[in-house]
Amino acid sequence: MSGKGERKLVIGYDALTDAAIMAGCRFFAGYPITPATEIAEEMARKLPKVGGIFIQMEDEMASLMAAIGASLSGLKAMTATSGPGFSLMQEAIGFAAITETPVVIVDAQRVGPSTGMVTMPAQGDVIQARFGSHGDYSIIAIAPSSVQDIFEHTVMAFNYSELYRTPVILLLDEILVHLREPAVIPDKMEVVERMKPSVPPEEFIPYGGEIQREMPSVGDGYNLLIESVLHDEIGRRIGTDSIKGSRMIKRLWNKIEGNVEKIAKEEFFMMDDADIAIVAYGSPFRSAIKAAKIARSMGIRVGVVKLITLWPFHDSMIRRVSEQVKAFVVPEMNMGKMAREVKRAAGEKRVISVPKLGGSLHTPEDILSAVKEVA
Amino acid sequence: MRRLDFAHYLAKKYMRTEMLPHAFCPGCGIGIIQRAVLMAFEELGEEEWNRTVFVSGIGCSGWTPTYFRRDAIHALHGRALPLATGIKLARPDLNVVVFMGDGDSMAIGGNHLIHAARRNIGITSIVVNNMIYSLTGGQLAPTTPMYSYTNTSPYGNIEPNFDLIELMKASGATYLARWTTWHFIQLKNSVKKAIKHKGFSVIEVISQCPTYTGRYILRKPDPRDYMQWMKDNSVLFDVAKKMDKKELEGKIVVGEFLDRDDRPEFSELYWSLIKKKEVEA
Repeated sequence: MSGKGERKLVIGYDALTDAAIMAGCRFFAGYPITPATEIAEEMARKLPKVGGIFIQMEDEMASLMAAIGASLSGLKAMTATSGPGFSLMQEAIGFAAITETPVVIVDAQRVGPSTGMVTMPAQGDVIQARFGSHGDYSIIAIAPSSVQDIFEHTVMAFNYSELYRTPVILLLDEILVHLREPAVIPDKMEVVERMKPSVPPEEFIPYGGEIQREMPSVGDGYNLLIESVLHDEIGRRIGTDSIKGSRMIKRLWNKIEGNVEKIAKEEFFMMDDADIAIVAYGSPFRSAIKAAKIARSMGIRVGVVKLITLWPFHDSMIRRVSEQVKAFVVPEMNMGKMAREVKRAAGEKRVISVPKLGGSLHTPEDILSAVKEVA
Repeated sequence: MRRLDFAHYLAKKYMRTEMLPHAFCPGCGIGIIQRAVLMAFEELGEEEWNRTVFVSGIGCSGWTPTYFRRDAIHALHGRALPLATGIKLARPDLNVVVFMGDGDSMAIGGNHLIHAARRNIGITSIVVNNMIYSLTGGQLAPTTPMYSYTNTSPYGNIEPNFDLIELMKASGATYLARWTTWHFIQLKNSVKKAIKHKGFSVIEVISQCPTYTGRYILRKPDPRDYMQWMKDNSVLFDVAKKMDKKELEGKIVVGEFLDRDDRPEFSELYWSLIKKKEVEA
C-alpha cells in the first residue's frame, strides 16, 4: 500500500496530521480538548499552506457539522476530539451516516465517564464508536497501535470513508497521540478520490444501489435533497411507509456489515502454532507482543491477533482462530468491551478479559498472568 | 400575468412539484415566506439561483427549502448554521441561505447563531418566528410572550423572551431586518438585499401559526384574523424610535434595522489568508 519513505522519529499527532493531508484532507473543524488538542493545532498550522481550511468552532457538535458541510461541498474533512467531545458529536455522527457523507472523526480516548481523567489514556469509547448515535446504522472504526500505524491507518480511514460513503472513527488513545517513536513515513500512499457523477442530474440516483460511490457536491447543479429524515433513493422523505423505511435502514446497515470481509483488517503474530490467542488493539497490543514473547520463552504457545479495524467486527476471523486455540486473552484499557465481541464469536472457547483502568497501560506481566491462567 | 398564474409559474420553475402538496397546516405562514424567497430569486435572476444552496434545521421551518428544486440540506435541530459554515468556507462563491425556526435558532442553536454573527460569515439566515414550538404540538419557545399559555407553560409563561434583532446586533451581524408575513413585498426586498449582502444577515419573519399560536396565545385560530392582528400591531422601526416603552408594549417593531459593510466577511478573509500562506509555502 505504501511507497518508499524515510525512517525518522515522529510524534503521533504529527504523523496523523501529515497522513490526513496526504490522504487529501482539506478541511478541519475542531474544538480544543485534551488529549486531542495538538491535532487541531497541527492542522491549523499545516492546512492553509496546502490550500486547506481550519476552523475552531464553538463546540464539538458544531465542529462535526462544519466538517460534514465541507464534505458535502467536495472537500475531504476531519475533526478530532476526546471523550466528552465525542459524546457531543454522536447526533452528528448519525447525521453523517444517514446522509452517507464521508468524514473522519478522531477520538483520542481518555479516561471517563464524564470529565474523567483528562490526561490519562483509556479505550472506554470503543462501543460508543459503534453504537453511539441513536437508531440503526453501521460504521467503520480503526484502532492504530503505533506511530507507523497512525500514519497508514489515517489514510485508510479517509479511503474507507470515500469507498463506503460513511463516517469513519479513528480510535486513538492519549498514549498514541503523544508517542514519539521511529516510523517510516511513506512519500506516497494509495488515495481514494471522491467520484463525480457519470450521468446528468435528471438520471442521477443519489442513494441508489448498495453503495452509490458517485457523489456530486452542493453547487454542482444536481439539486440534491440531503435529508436527515429517513429518505428514499432520491432523498425524499419516506414518511410513514414502513416497508420503504425498513429497506433504507437495511441498506445503511448492509453497506458496512455486508462488506465486513473487505473492510476488516487484522495482523497475526506467532499464531501459526499458537493454542492461546491474545486479541489486542491500540496501545495494549504493544504489551501483548512482549507478553507473548515471554510466554514463548517459558514454553507456552501464545500468539497475538492485532485488531486494526474494530468495527465492523470480524466474527468469521475470530471463529476461524477459535478452531485453533483453546482460549482467548483480551487485554483492554476498559472493563472488557471488545472482549464481549470476542466472546460472542468464539463459541465455547474460554475468553479472559484483562481490564486495565485508571489511565495506566497493561504491563506484559498483567497479560502474562492471564495467559498462565489458561495455559 | 394573473396572480394565481404567477404562483403556478413560480412553483413550476423553482419547486419540486412532485413533492406537493406540502405538509404545512392550512393557513401557515411558511407558504408566504417560500413565495417571498422564490420571488426574490425570480427578480435576482437565474445566475444567483444557480449558485444558491439551502440549509435548514428541524421544526416546521426546517421543511421550507426541501420543496425547492435546488441543493437543500435538511440538517439537525439547531445545527443548520455550523453545517452552513462548513459549506460557505469550502465554497465561498455560493449563496448559502439558512432557514431556522425560533426554537431552532435561539434555543438549541443559540450558541451557533451568536458565533456565526460574531464571525460575520456570509450566510443569509431566515428565522421563521411563530412564537411557539409547532411541530411538536405547541410548547414554550424562547420567543413566547410572557404570561401566555402553552402546553409546557400551563400556568402561564414567566420567562422573558429574546429580541433576535438586539441579540444579533450585539453579536456582530451586519444586515438585520424584521417583517411579518403581512409585509410580503418588504420581506421579498429584504431577502434580495440579504442574499446580495456580504456578511452575516438575519431576517426575522413573524409568521402565523394558526394551529398553535393562533389557538393558544392569540385566540385567533383563523389565519385572516391572525394576519390582521400582525398588521395592526406592527410599527415601523423609524416610528417606533419616537415611541416610549409603554406605547410599544405588545407591538411588533418591523423594518430594516441594520445594513453595514464595515466588518470583513469571514470566508473572504480566510481565503485571502490561505492564498498568502500557500505562496509562502
